[in-house]
Amino acid sequence: MRIRLRYRKLGKVRFTSHRDVARCWERAFRTSGLPIAITEGFSPRPKMHFGLALSTSHESLGEYLDLDLLDPESAAVDIDALPAMLSGHLPVGIDIEAVAIIDRSAPSLQEAVTSCTWHIEVPGLAHADLLPAVERVVSASTLPIVRERKGKPVSDDLRPGILHLEVLDPTAAPADFAGAVLYAELATAPRSVRPSELMAVFDPPLLEGRVRRIHQLITENGATREPLSPGAPPMVFATASAI
Amino acid sequence: MNGLWPQIEPLLSRVSKPARYIGMEGGAQQPQHSPEKVAWLLAYPDTYEIGLPNQGLQILYEILNERPDAVAERTYAPWHDLEELLRERGIPLFSVDTHRSAAEFDIFGFNLSAELTYTNLLNMVDLAGVPVRSADRGPQHPLIAAGGHCTYNPEPLADFLDIVVLGDGEEVVAEITEVVRDWKASGRLLGDRVGVLRSLARVEGVYVPAMYRPVYAGADFLGLEPEFSDIPELVEKRTVADLADFPYPKQQLVPLTEVVHDRLNVEVFRGCTRGCRFCQAGMITRPVRERPAAQVRSMVAEGLRRTGYDEVSLTSLSTADYSGIEALVTDIVDAAGDGPAITVALPSLRVDAFGVGIATQLQHGRRAGLTFAPEAGTWRMRQVINKLIREEDLYSAVEAAFSNGWRRVKLYFLTGLPTETDEDTLGIAELARNCVEIGRAHTRNPSVTVSVGGFVPKPFTPFQWFGQNTVEELQRKINLLRDATRRMHGVQVKWHDPKATQVEGIMSRGDRRIGDVIETVWRNGGTFQEWNERFELPLWTEAMAEHGLDPDWYTHRHRTETEVLPWDHLSAGLHKDFLWQDWRDALAEVGLPDCRWTPCYDCGACTGYSIEHIVASATPPAGGSQGTGQDLASTWVPVTIRAVGDEVGAR
Repeated sequence: MRIRLRYRKLGKVRFTSHRDVARCWERAFRTSGLPIAITEGFSPRPKMHFGLALSTSHESLGEYLDLDLLDPESAAVDIDALPAMLSGHLPVGIDIEAVAIIDRSAPSLQEAVTSCTWHIEVPGLAHADLLPAVERVVSASTLPIVRERKGKPVSDDLRPGILHLEVLDPTAAPADFAGAVLYAELATAPRSVRPSELMAVFDPPLLEGRVRRIHQLITENGATREPLSPGAPPMVFATASAI
Repeated sequence: MNGLWPQIEPLLSRVSKPARYIGMEGGAQQPQHSPEKVAWLLAYPDTYEIGLPNQGLQILYEILNERPDAVAERTYAPWHDLEELLRERGIPLFSVDTHRSAAEFDIFGFNLSAELTYTNLLNMVDLAGVPVRSADRGPQHPLIAAGGHCTYNPEPLADFLDIVVLGDGEEVVAEITEVVRDWKASGRLLGDRVGVLRSLARVEGVYVPAMYRPVYAGADFLGLEPEFSDIPELVEKRTVADLADFPYPKQQLVPLTEVVHDRLNVEVFRGCTRGCRFCQAGMITRPVRERPAAQVRSMVAEGLRRTGYDEVSLTSLSTADYSGIEALVTDIVDAAGDGPAITVALPSLRVDAFGVGIATQLQHGRRAGLTFAPEAGTWRMRQVINKLIREEDLYSAVEAAFSNGWRRVKLYFLTGLPTETDEDTLGIAELARNCVEIGRAHTRNPSVTVSVGGFVPKPFTPFQWFGQNTVEELQRKINLLRDATRRMHGVQVKWHDPKATQVEGIMSRGDRRIGDVIETVWRNGGTFQEWNERFELPLWTEAMAEHGLDPDWYTHRHRTETEVLPWDHLSAGLHKDFLWQDWRDALAEVGLPDCRWTPCYDCGACTGYSIEHIVASATPPAGGSQGTGQDLASTWVPVTIRAVGDEVGAR
């Protein structure tokens, strides 16, 4: 049986790396006794499949993990109680919020997710200061950047990957963020745009404060949904307006 | 309580490996401080990855936090990227548990396991906002304490440390806590700082450097004189009589980020009586005290269940020598049963087929590499150092390893040993070549890695009188070995930087005058000296010259029997005349048997403290002492034997 979990990564634990978190999950499977399937071979590993790696020090409200449970043992697992049970075996700040059984033939998270939404704190700038800079980025037809690929500089255009960008109204910004907060939807396919790349296309480049991933999204045939609810209606963005 | 966290947090996204600074490990505590409690900050003077697994600090962390009158938190040396940010903003060193300022603790206790970390200790004290020299501190400052193997010669740090603890810390931390608690209750006024230090100096196992005055005659050191009549002339180490009374750590810390030795560790015995003459750990931790097998089993089972680790290491100085090791290992593997696969690691493998046999039993799946430590290239040299491994023992071990599917063998050696000739050095290459030959019968590309360390003579060993090889001599021997193995297919040689060995030597047997050198090197930016990329020999040689000190005099000179050594006022229980006799025996190439299984030769470690070896089984290890094939069955065994089925762990 394959299940998909959605979890948060908030607070001090945000300073752990993607790899650190993977190891925490492995220990949690062992301490909780969850009957997880194990790979064959010389160094057996639990069968777990992460989505897009979250950078060290970024927080997230929307992380996903697919797990293969052993059959028939999985029949005895109380899926509804799983989030609370397993969260107790994970570090403080990593909390499982939802779980669903998914089809084994469903595309992997890495294949399926097409964009992510982000809250990005811009320290030292007020809401009004940031508005014109965002307007310039949004109205640009191209945003050429040079990035390194296989050791060689390659020119690229960042603009198509910026699906949405606005300055959050101060009343809508997360209470624990200080200064102005950007809300951005950045593509993950065909190529991924990182928050730090977005900050670098501003002129002058913006300082990156706290960063929090809000959602990972799948857009198919014009419809957008989150990875946990196949077939759910497109998500409605309360703040969608600027782009 | 998140004292400094709001100031630290914004810095962490700008430094490497920020998870080093967040705490939150499984088993970590959030102790409640109060004015009535003595607050300990336990510190390791190196990075988090190296310091966190330190079992000594973890044991004390638990023992102190169990006390109603104490709290303990931890800290590690911040890497230089964070240090710069902290200094720029005037943020002090902090604990990782509650992110409290280091200066708010009553005792700042360092574990000292390596000489090259000494400058980090000064840096951490300074980052805490505390004067680095003991003489400059007032009653408002924490007491700076140190324990661990390096404190058997604490003299290079004497001007910086308020108290030094010798030996096992499990019991003495309680006595120190009580003295400091009463001092705190008095408003830290009772006799000022000197008063509390004087009280601490009367606790057995505690050495207060400021209570002793060094006496010199020209360049010669004549000894230390106690400042007061109630200060002991000789400070004895502390020894826990029975490990069964201390089943710690009960909740080994499980870090969120990767560290060295990232696995469950269960200490199966303390002490070693093999008597390797170069080995300080084996000399200063005597006698042998084995943990009862039942307690080891329950600590392993409970630890694996609680931590989620899939690997456990049975730690000691020579785990294959644990009596009944085969039965213990079988029990642990059986107990894992149908559950997830468990790897059992033995950190130091005995050089014989018996050792490999146990490893074979333990290691499922991939058999990548096995490590042995013959330490020297010829039988003559091994008799000098009392590592009585015959060539046949090594070859049978290597044969067993390759025939059981291992493809890589690593061999540890020392160079620069007393009486070492080029023949001895080249003997290392010869052993390596023969090991590859043995491997060829079993695998197409056998690999033998030879790892060579420069020998540093240590206090309280028979080699404490020996003049260490110079950097040039060590490098010459390494080159000799490198040239001899250049065309040996399958043999790789790795070595430690002889320049670092030189600096270790200065501090290993240095006296109080070396303190100025350590401070100068630190002030000139010489931190993390045990890291290759940060080590700078010129910092040290220039500082030695600046203070008029001669590296040759400290490291390369042979000492005489009558010379007063800088650690003569400290005692590890070993009689100095025993060590001198063992030094003479070494030069005469005479070996000394393992006293667990042969009559006592009175080194002093047991008789001086009225304690004995404690072993869990009356059966001597297969193969006898050090593979010498001694007939042990017919000899009287001078040890305390535990009753079979003694369930100490369950009480």
